[in-house]
Amino acid sequence: MAQLQYDEIMVRYGELSTKGRNKKNFIDRLGNNVRKALHDFSEVKVHANPDRLHIILNGADSTAVMKRLKLVFGIQTFSPSLRVEKDFAAVCQAAKTLIAKQVDRPMTFKVETKRSDHDFAMGTFEMNRELGGYLLQEFPELLTVDVHQPDIEVRVEVRLNGIFLTSEIIKGAGGLPVGTAGKGMMMLSGGIDSPVAAYLALKRGVSLEMVHFYSPPYTSEQALAKAKELTGKLAQYAGSIRFIQVPFTEIQETVKEKVPEGYLMTVQRRFMLRLAVELANRRRGLAIFNGESLGQVASQTMESMRAIEEVTNMPVLRPVLSYDKTEIIKIAEDIDTYELSILPYEDCCTVFTPPSPKTKPNMAKAAKYESWLDVDGLMERALAGIQIEEIHAGQEFLNQNEDVFAELL
Amino acid sequence: MIYFDNSATTPVWPEVLATFDQVTKQIWGNPSSLHKLGEPAWNLLEQSRRQIAQLLGVLPSEIIFTSGGSEGDNWVIKGTALAKRQFGKHIITSSVEHAAVRNAMAQLEELGFEVTYLPVDQTGRVKPADVQAALRSDTILVSIMAVNNEIGTIQPIKEIGEILQAYPRVHFMVDAVQALGKGLDDVVFSDRVDFATFSAHKFHALRGTGFVYAKQGRQLAPLINGGGQERGQRSGTENVAGFAAMARAIRLVKEKEAQSVKQEQAVRAAIFKHLQQFDHVHLFSDLTPQFASHVLCFAIEGVRGETVVHAFEDHDIYISTTSACSSKKQAEASTLAAMKVPTRLAESAVRISLGDQNTLADAVAFNQAFDQVYAGFQKIID
Repeated sequence: MAQLQYDEIMVRYGELSTKGRNKKNFIDRLGNNVRKALHDFSEVKVHANPDRLHIILNGADSTAVMKRLKLVFGIQTFSPSLRVEKDFAAVCQAAKTLIAKQVDRPMTFKVETKRSDHDFAMGTFEMNRELGGYLLQEFPELLTVDVHQPDIEVRVEVRLNGIFLTSEIIKGAGGLPVGTAGKGMMMLSGGIDSPVAAYLALKRGVSLEMVHFYSPPYTSEQALAKAKELTGKLAQYAGSIRFIQVPFTEIQETVKEKVPEGYLMTVQRRFMLRLAVELANRRRGLAIFNGESLGQVASQTMESMRAIEEVTNMPVLRPVLSYDKTEIIKIAEDIDTYELSILPYEDCCTVFTPPSPKTKPNMAKAAKYESWLDVDGLMERALAGIQIEEIHAGQEFLNQNEDVFAELL
Repeated sequence: MIYFDNSATTPVWPEVLATFDQVTKQIWGNPSSLHKLGEPAWNLLEQSRRQIAQLLGVLPSEIIFTSGGSEGDNWVIKGTALAKRQFGKHIITSSVEHAAVRNAMAQLEELGFEVTYLPVDQTGRVKPADVQAALRSDTILVSIMAVNNEIGTIQPIKEIGEILQAYPRVHFMVDAVQALGKGLDDVVFSDRVDFATFSAHKFHALRGTGFVYAKQGRQLAPLINGGGQERGQRSGTENVAGFAAMARAIRLVKEKEAQSVKQEQAVRAAIFKHLQQFDHVHLFSDLTPQFASHVLCFAIEGVRGETVVHAFEDHDIYISTTSACSSKKQAEASTLAAMKVPTRLAESAVRISLGDQNTLADAVAFNQAFDQVYAGFQKIID
């Protein structure tokens, strides 16, 4: 069946309706996020009203627009509507089209009419009755009326510029509008867990900047491209995300040279966290996010977390802390990051992994080994070498030849 | 020349061959190599996969490259048997499947699996109720083809799928070798289908390439073990050039699909209506929606199929006895036998199989040639 082309989409807000005086902030932010998500549909107009958000399509492809909307956090549900001439026969035709799309078993329905154009010949009661009667006739086996708890509610709005009909309610992504919770720095390696953690943070309204450590020549250009491409996937939920690459080679080499093997991992992680915190301070971040899941590997025991987190008092938030690996993989598949994450490139966490890292590192020892190093100098040089790039939704990095290949395919 | 044997194989399109040629010359690295000769090969392979998935409306991870239809059929059948043998050893298939399915089943029977071969009606169609009746608690696989290669019957895949909704653990495989580009994606990729097999030389790409659609979450044991290519499901260094060429062919097929199905239907109808006028011509295929647009099977009563094939050859028209794979074995067509067509009539059957390149002018030329062929056999026609 051909996709219906709708004229308007009405968006219902999620949790933000309950947020009292911050409401305006939330709505403005959601309006901007929706505009950002739809920025390449230049004809689309977005009106963020206190009760609902209205998207006027002006001929834009409604299927494509709805596909994008499904990724915008803070939307509970949305309903596409059809606009017809102010003519009862046209209303009937449109209502029939809408119902035919939804009804696949016997269902109950009602018609609810609102009129802002009081010059229109039919009253609300008359419209409800006549349109209801028409639909009963058209779908004799399938529809019955229930005005209290209908399966389908056909809403008819008679406005000055036409009559709008809507009936379908499509589930949105839920969560809170990205940006309403403030900014966090996400430690993104390129594995399976950190993109999922980033997704969950975005879903709770956090605006993220990605911090990625790279260690040429130990990690490849491909590993960097993979992390950027993952960011491009996640940017679909945020419009765009800044990607900060932090050179980590000198620190890793120095730590490897000077620190006893059992503490390589702990000390490296302490450096990563210090760097992320410093970036957060410089860039007005409020917290650090990472993809740690309790007990998954040596660095992810509580003892280890304690020893690593000692270097800061900034909150370190772990959205997937209590998730099983299988649960994380399920989300990774749903958000389409899994395939990328399993590409076999070495990242900064896999090179210089000691054969048997301490699962219960001792804070005092970690601090002692660090005292042998020029921590400030190492930090300074790493921070001097950062590169920041704005990555847009769906931007790709791994396949630089994509356009060339498209000619072949 | 008029080529009416497109179900046997199709001519490779020049632009498809150009892709194969260019990739073979320029992107010849092993996709598994980490260096910069391997990287573009990997990227092209994955881009080809994504393109195919997108054109068919499935996920890239659900496309696994193979060497073609026979491998796909053997893999899904034996891979299911290997993976699910602890749950049961019963398989259901139809009595009109391609030899790749039939003989894979036969091999499993030797290994102690039990196979139910469902009968077909006079149009070559399986009855969904028979599938229902054959299902048992130890059934692990139902394998039914989408389009019969001998007479063109479209099997009731959706209806069988609905029955199988109640048996979520049974694998449902569809041999879709004759179905790509024939306007049948909504059948082949309907909800309950777990696996579908394809062969690229049936749609203007190269021999030795094909793919299997394997629904996410459905497990098969691999038959070819090795370096873990294709996510460990089908090892062996990937034929990147062949698969890129296949991806291009699928794009081209899909661009033309609506138009070419319409054209095939018109050509088939023109021939069908001509043949209908002859008392001693028996038509096995039909123009109803239960038949694919590109296959037309008929018999001149009393004249053996092979003789008819050669008679048309003299007119530079190439048709086939009913299945190219078995046509040299003189065996009567198995589909017709399953339809309980008398042996003597079945031995007279020939198949026209159309492609997008065939035009109404071809139909006219065929019909004229037919009149001469028919007149030539006047004395021996039953």
